[in-house]
Amino acid sequence: MAQPLPNHKNSNYVLEAKGLGISYGDFRAVTGVNIPVKRHRITAIIGPSGCGKSTLLRAFNRMNELFVGTSVEGEVLFEGENLYDPAVDPVEVRYRIGMVFQKPNPFPKSIYENIAWGARIHGFKGKMDELVESCLHQAALWDEVKDKLNQSGLALSGGQQQRLCIARALAVQPEVILMDEPASALDPIATLKIEELMQELKKNYTIVIVTHNMQQAARVSDYTAMMMLIDRQTRSGTVIEYDDTKIIFTKPKDKRTEDYVTGRFG
Amino acid sequence: MTTSKRNEDTMLRKTFETEIQQVKDDVLVLGSMVEQAILSSVEALKKRDIKASEKLFENDKEINAKRFEIENKLMVLIATQQPMAHDLRLLASCMEIISELERMGDYAKGISNINIRMGDAPLLKPLIDVPRMAQIGVDMLHRALTAFVNEDVETAKTIPVEDDEVDALYNQVYRELMTFVIQDPKSIERANWLLWVAHNLERVADRVTNICERTVFIATGEMEEIKSTDDEFWHAQQQQK
Repeated sequence: MAQPLPNHKNSNYVLEAKGLGISYGDFRAVTGVNIPVKRHRITAIIGPSGCGKSTLLRAFNRMNELFVGTSVEGEVLFEGENLYDPAVDPVEVRYRIGMVFQKPNPFPKSIYENIAWGARIHGFKGKMDELVESCLHQAALWDEVKDKLNQSGLALSGGQQQRLCIARALAVQPEVILMDEPASALDPIATLKIEELMQELKKNYTIVIVTHNMQQAARVSDYTAMMMLIDRQTRSGTVIEYDDTKIIFTKPKDKRTEDYVTGRFG
Repeated sequence: MTTSKRNEDTMLRKTFETEIQQVKDDVLVLGSMVEQAILSSVEALKKRDIKASEKLFENDKEINAKRFEIENKLMVLIATQQPMAHDLRLLASCMEIISELERMGDYAKGISNINIRMGDAPLLKPLIDVPRMAQIGVDMLHRALTAFVNEDVETAKTIPVEDDEVDALYNQVYRELMTFVIQDPKSIERANWLLWVAHNLERVADRVTNICERTVFIATGEMEEIKSTDDEFWHAQQQQK
């Protein structure tokens, strides 16, 4: 019998990585990560390609386990309990900690069903119409789609599709939303809408975002974790600096962070 | 670490590095225009050369134009290059430094103006300490700008201490002028003119301190006031109360 995850919200930290290492088979992708994810704040993970940003993000809701041969050491605490405890049900983890991906990936179903489906399989018993409307409102999409809820989600623009995916993630009432490059496939206006939306969402949710766009990290996040390969031989990455975003972009402590944020990382 | 040093380490953003270097060079050009203006304005006063002062008065427009030119370049760099961390501190501080330099240019203009307004009236006394104040102030400014370019924190922290010497000369000029006024109240206006000249020069040295504070900020990210003995005097007075 799977042990339910705790609901207490005593700590300022929703999630916390402690000595976290992640390997794909023999390849050690991420080593020794110790960072908190603070409640109702946006935490950005930045760093050059291939340093393990997405791997770290996926470790926050056990998404890596979908790849065969993944192993994890250390702990990820969610509300103080280790997510990787054998007694924890990964399915519960993934609806309490939702995810939005780089490319908008709505289901090939109606806008309404995109939102209702997840809630239904997780046993939602309330009024579905209200839930759909509420999620679309929260994702700042309602006004644009309220008259065409039965149309396919795939008929929307890229930016709208991404907001639909966010609405879909909200439908199962997660506490944390993980976003992997959520705006990199969008134009500047759609990007701005997602960024504004994040500021609204953080009032009720905790957000972790991986982004290649440093200006985006600087604009939207409260805290920033800077990742980098620490060993070129093994190509293993870690968080080299974690701090208030304002500090990271004005006076970082680590020279490697300085070089990266000023665009001199070669 | 200076920009040029980092350029050796990493070959990225060469264009941006070059543009940053150009801005620094421009700041130095503006600095030397101001240094020249201060020394020449005092020299013209000393010689009572009104024509030279009129030319210097007009010359201030060039200093202002140079400041606007640099400001515009800085705006374009900030808008197009999105500087972060050290680059951001440097470019934001350059904004501040050029404004300090421009105000120092205004002091030179003010001194020229006094010489013009004095007309045929002779100097109340031969100028000895006033040119010394100008020389020390300009010397401090020159070294402060060198420290800025090299991001030399140690030097930037020591230059403001020399402000005490300028303050001491200012007090000396003040006392001396007061004795003239006491002896002959009719000399008030001529004493006042010279007092204004000395005051302008005293302010030059104060603004050098601001430039030094920016240099420390660029290099370290720490925004702190560099203490002068003025502050010590103030605190001592407060403690006595």
